Amino acid sequence: MANEVIFHSIHQPESWKLSSYLSTGGYETLKKVVMEKMSPEEIINQVKISALRGRGGAGFPTGLKWSFMPRHFQGDKYIVCNTDEGEPGTFKDRDIIRYNPHQLIEGMAIAAYTMGVKVGYNYIHGEIWESYERFEEALEEARVAGFLGDNLFGSDFSFNLHAHHGYGAYICGEETALLESIEGRKGQPRFKPPFPASFGLYGKPTTINNTETFASIPYIIRNGGQKFLELGKPNNGGTKIFSVSGHVNKPGNFEIGMGTPFSELLEMAGGVRNGHKLKAVIPGGSSVPVLPAEIIMDCTMDYDSLSKAGSMLGAGSVIVMDETVCMVKALERLSYFYFEESCGQCTPCREGTGWLYRIVHRIEHGKGKPEDLALLDSVTSNIMGRTICALGDAAAMPVQGMLKHYRNEFEYHIEHKKCMV
Amino acid sequence: MAALRIAQDELGWLSTELMDFVANYLCMAPVAVYEVASFYNMYEMHPVGKYKITVCTNLSCTLMGAEGIAEHMKKKLGIDFGETTGDGRFTLKEGECMGACGEGPLFLVNNKRMCGSLSPEKVDQILAELE
Repeated sequence: MANEVIFHSIHQPESWKLSSYLSTGGYETLKKVVMEKMSPEEIINQVKISALRGRGGAGFPTGLKWSFMPRHFQGDKYIVCNTDEGEPGTFKDRDIIRYNPHQLIEGMAIAAYTMGVKVGYNYIHGEIWESYERFEEALEEARVAGFLGDNLFGSDFSFNLHAHHGYGAYICGEETALLESIEGRKGQPRFKPPFPASFGLYGKPTTINNTETFASIPYIIRNGGQKFLELGKPNNGGTKIFSVSGHVNKPGNFEIGMGTPFSELLEMAGGVRNGHKLKAVIPGGSSVPVLPAEIIMDCTMDYDSLSKAGSMLGAGSVIVMDETVCMVKALERLSYFYFEESCGQCTPCREGTGWLYRIVHRIEHGKGKPEDLALLDSVTSNIMGRTICALGDAAAMPVQGMLKHYRNEFEYHIEHKKCMV
Repeated sequence: MAALRIAQDELGWLSTELMDFVANYLCMAPVAVYEVASFYNMYEMHPVGKYKITVCTNLSCTLMGAEGIAEHMKKKLGIDFGETTGDGRFTLKEGECMGACGEGPLFLVNNKRMCGSLSPEKVDQILAELE
């Protein structure tokens, strides 16, 4: 792809090394920003023009988020990068820190300059130890070369960045649970408000962004927000990395412009495996509602189009399912995941995810009762919106999506005690 | 968290004595350490084999054949999920999403080494290397 913002250099040998990053103009943007004392207002303005929206799943406008930070507050402030991707179907941030870690570091340093922050953390998912080690190596390279540390480029701007390795908890992808985890506690989300911009890490103002979001920043500042915006479509600026897994011939990450038709993405991933027919797609990670083939084939891959189709872009994690998939079984596995990963803090989620799993489990195993579908509807609506964080909603939405589009498969299972596919 | 990880790397699992040692070293209440150890699922509160193998069975991996891989391993090692072989070499665990779904099916050896795009032959080869 000619227009890749983040994966443009990954085909180079040892693309993760500092020398490789420097050969593509790496760290020049940071240097320019710091040496020319670019105004934080102008940087935030460019990020706003770019229409960059949070790439971790919520899609919150990044420029707006940055403007919430009290820039003139003199005490400690932090920026935190969320590389804790554990949502089934998501594996893009791992490839960013494996193949282009310095672009993330540069993006975080520019963000730190903009918000007047001296210390940052990158929270890395527990199971990707090898990628965590590679990121640590990149940090060390950047420190030695003078791109991280005190008085960068002889200016009065200092920025120190540290990596934090998680240890296996999906909930730590939730930003306040992640902060609790960095502080050395179990990752249970905090009430909001207060929002992290006023009370974040160690009680100080904090901005948390996704890995892909930070890694997009050097391009935006170097080329201007307008150019980034034009890579995508209005209100959905830039390129996006889509992680495609499941029943495709060539699973992997693909960075394409926002607004690209789903059919093109499917083609890039080699099409559906074994010449089978496409049945359904979960377009944004396990927590977003599933879309049947006939709907997704008419969608473009961006926030607005998928939202209009009744699902979400999420983190761009595309799980492809062919005609051999039993939806009851697929949902059973997802419901087990949320049951297992609920942190246990809020009753509707802790108990509700257990109910969802047990009901879907018994339907799958031929013990479903006719009233079970109404019970699922009731449990999901009692979880939605009644918990501190979004994990409750994330557990309920796939159930609602499945029941909306594939209710007949569930009914068939209950009536005939077996699968229709 | 890093201290517990290092301690676990040393002995394979976190006994109460080991957690108490970490608590003492960090000047923390032991209960605060137990809380962390029991919350995150890569910490082991019970002894495991020399090689702990965690197989992801979440949706993407399952679509890509994780069930067959898990069955093959259970048969080959003669143990179920959550069990350790008689000679203490292997523990088999079922894991949640490891954030590498493009390479499914996959497993993680001792929390560190990720092995992806598994086929029964590849599993046999990796297990043989670990013998």
